Amino acid sequence: MKKLLLAASAAALLAGMWLAPAQAEYLKEHRGGTIRLLARSAAGTLDPHINYTDQGWQMYQPIYDGLVAFRKAEGMDGFTIVPDLAEALPQVSNDGKTFTFKLRKGIKFSDGKDLGVKDVVASFQRIFKVSGPTSGTFYAGIVGADKCLADTKSCTLEGGVVGDEAAGTITVNLTKPDAEILYKFALPHAVVLPADTPAEDMGSKPIPSTGAYMISAFDPNKGMTVTRNPNFKQWSEEAQPDGYPDVVQYDFGLSEEAAVTAIQNSEADWMFDALPSDRLGELGTKAMDQLHISPLSAWWYAPLNNRLAPFDNEKARQAVAYAIDRNTLVKLFGGKVLASPVCQVLPPDFPGHEDYCPFTKNPGAKWSAPDLDKAKQLVEESGTKGQKVTIIVEDTAISRSIGVYLQSVLTTIGYVADVKPISSNIQFTYIQNTNNKVQMSVTQWYKDYPAASDFLNILFSCASFREGSDASINIAGFCDKDIDAKMQKALDLGVTDQKAADKLWAEIDKQVTDKAPAVGLFTPKRLDFVSKRVGNFKFNRQFNWMITQSWVQ
Amino acid sequence: MSNEAVAMPRKTRGPWAVAFAKLATDRAAMASLAVFLLIVFACLSAPLYAQWAGTDPFASTLDAVIQIDGADVPVMEQSTEGLGLGYTPLGPTWRLGNYFLGADSQGRDVMARMLYGGLSSLLISGAATIFTLILGTAAGLIAGYFGGVTDTVLSRLLDVLWAFPIYLLAISLSIVTIAQGISIGPIEIESGSLWLPVIIIGIVYIPYVARPIRGQVLSLRHSEFVLAAINLGVPGPRILWRDILPNITTTLIVFVPLMMALNMLTESALSFLSIGVQPPAASWGTIIQDGQALLYTRPLVALVPGLAIAVSVMALNVFGDGLRDALDPRSKVRLGRD
Repeated sequence: MKKLLLAASAAALLAGMWLAPAQAEYLKEHRGGTIRLLARSAAGTLDPHINYTDQGWQMYQPIYDGLVAFRKAEGMDGFTIVPDLAEALPQVSNDGKTFTFKLRKGIKFSDGKDLGVKDVVASFQRIFKVSGPTSGTFYAGIVGADKCLADTKSCTLEGGVVGDEAAGTITVNLTKPDAEILYKFALPHAVVLPADTPAEDMGSKPIPSTGAYMISAFDPNKGMTVTRNPNFKQWSEEAQPDGYPDVVQYDFGLSEEAAVTAIQNSEADWMFDALPSDRLGELGTKAMDQLHISPLSAWWYAPLNNRLAPFDNEKARQAVAYAIDRNTLVKLFGGKVLASPVCQVLPPDFPGHEDYCPFTKNPGAKWSAPDLDKAKQLVEESGTKGQKVTIIVEDTAISRSIGVYLQSVLTTIGYVADVKPISSNIQFTYIQNTNNKVQMSVTQWYKDYPAASDFLNILFSCASFREGSDASINIAGFCDKDIDAKMQKALDLGVTDQKAADKLWAEIDKQVTDKAPAVGLFTPKRLDFVSKRVGNFKFNRQFNWMITQSWVQ
Repeated sequence: MSNEAVAMPRKTRGPWAVAFAKLATDRAAMASLAVFLLIVFACLSAPLYAQWAGTDPFASTLDAVIQIDGADVPVMEQSTEGLGLGYTPLGPTWRLGNYFLGADSQGRDVMARMLYGGLSSLLISGAATIFTLILGTAAGLIAGYFGGVTDTVLSRLLDVLWAFPIYLLAISLSIVTIAQGISIGPIEIESGSLWLPVIIIGIVYIPYVARPIRGQVLSLRHSEFVLAAINLGVPGPRILWRDILPNITTTLIVFVPLMMALNMLTESALSFLSIGVQPPAASWGTIIQDGQALLYTRPLVALVPGLAIAVSVMALNVFGDGLRDALDPRSKVRLGRD
């Protein structure tokens, strides 16, 4: 763990030194202007301790800071942890259970108040006080978290997060070592807010921030205005760099079609939502230089309910995995440029990923073609032929078309299938609740942070399954004690030897894939469409496009 | 001569014959009926068309290749220029039996889906109309004839139903039943069944029928022939069936096309919102929804079902107006003057 942190610090320092002159020069030349972003709707609450959306997390990057941060750099470098409000990466002691951070001095919130140790301690407590969505998972390993989870209002994290005002340090004690804890501290759910921030969801009310920008106006039905933080002085270019535009105007309510037109006419600079599929051909030809295709650590998959017929039968699950033509799904998503077929859980270029596909015509590393004969044979062997299967999909054009295709496939291999599109607002929670008896669904998982456990442990561990709960992220209801024990072993191993842990995760990935609790469909890519005036487009693998690192003049 | 003419008993036509004669002279109504019947027959031919065209309108056929003028043409064409993004479905070939209206985003024949979609839309709107008329008439007859507490209870129930905006009520009921279907005692309707939209649409329009029927029955209840029957001791149900119901038949007949037009619009709206007919089954509403994502490249996929709904609803409304004119007693007076 210590070696890993030292290496990360050295790499971060070197990269920072290399980047510094370029940014300074560019800032002189391109600083200023308003960048206008568009989205169909707001991302929900403004509260960074609660908001759990890609849209919100992307926007928080130039606004809020934690003790550590994901490096604001292009590509895979964006997965590196760097010190942010802390002077350096923490000192690790007590066999990896204690992390001591030294807080930087001289940093102010956007409302003019000084950042202090008490703000950090209060922010950790607030994660539990507001019942943050990841308080019971990511931060449950902090000493005292169990009491905070049981009684949120009186949370003190006593013995868990200890501040020393005089020394300017914050010590975080864990109940057991956690190799991923710094990733978790770098997420928006752990950013530092003023100590007097009310312990309730702040909804549409902006909270003062330490970053280069601050939210100065927000109306969930109209838009959000983000302006420069007057108290910001750059302390680390790799953690919180100064930005180019003076104002980021994020407008809500325009349809995707209208947003494309607005960007084409240079009335807007970027849109959050996916481009309409019938505009892809035109834009890919006429506006090539305005399109940016970037890889995502994400997974489109079809969870199969391991506790309900017919998919309580492993052969029935494998039959579906053999039958699905991933190329067709890739076509439905927009073609090979925008997605790649997959069989396994871990996405390409992700820790622990080793190419593996058993459910294809010629089993091996990659998917090549569906094997319908094998699928039909497995259905026969499973004795589930003729059973009824309902597929629950989101009510979006792509999800619905995938559902219709899967219905065709299931019908072909001998099931009586139908497909139900339900509102995107409820589909994800609906398919998690066992009371709804969902047999098969289509959904996506986007990484929280770059660790294999964020896919395998979260989506397929026994602990992630909760009977009758809307928050049972193990949608398939898969629980294999041997695989569970192996996942625990990999998590423990990661504390001392991440490489060996990743090797073990690769094995687990293969084992989970073989059992087919869910069928991997494809790995999507992100397609960003920007206006002609947007320069210096940089895509960060952790939080996507770095909005304020682009210029508009 | 004149004496002979007076002596000959004049053959009078019955009210139905008069009504049909009047309807037959209403060119707009007859043209509308012809258009509607044409649509009905076209939709009834859906299975035959699909078989003749050799197409499955419910299965994804993204890799299909068809022949046009001897050349192989893919149903879904990938962009080969620039970044090679996206696939565009085949446009209209204008060749019957060979993707006449082109393909949708699943590579399915839009013409075949249009015919099957029309069949679903007509079946649902027709069945919902019957459902509404039966329940609405029963409620109106009972409330209007028995009066008192029965009338108060039924009228308030209808008021509650009436108080909801129709589409809001239909959408709410659809959302509640869409995933699990209906299971009330012995009544079990599966979530994908066409009976679900039939019942939902049928229920929400009951007050539209029940209230005017109740009004008519209230007035008939105090007419001399009904009072005479009551005084003679004829049982209530018999009076309702033999004396009152025949007197409201014309109103019910006029309701049929008008309700069917309303139901068709409601069904399309629900299906467009994914809470009516469920994929891969088709209705004109679901085809518009499919076409929504293709408005830029293949606008016909959304426009054609929209046009079909507009023409059908207009035909039903114009025919309904004609029917009302024909069956309205005031019209009969005008006919007599002629």
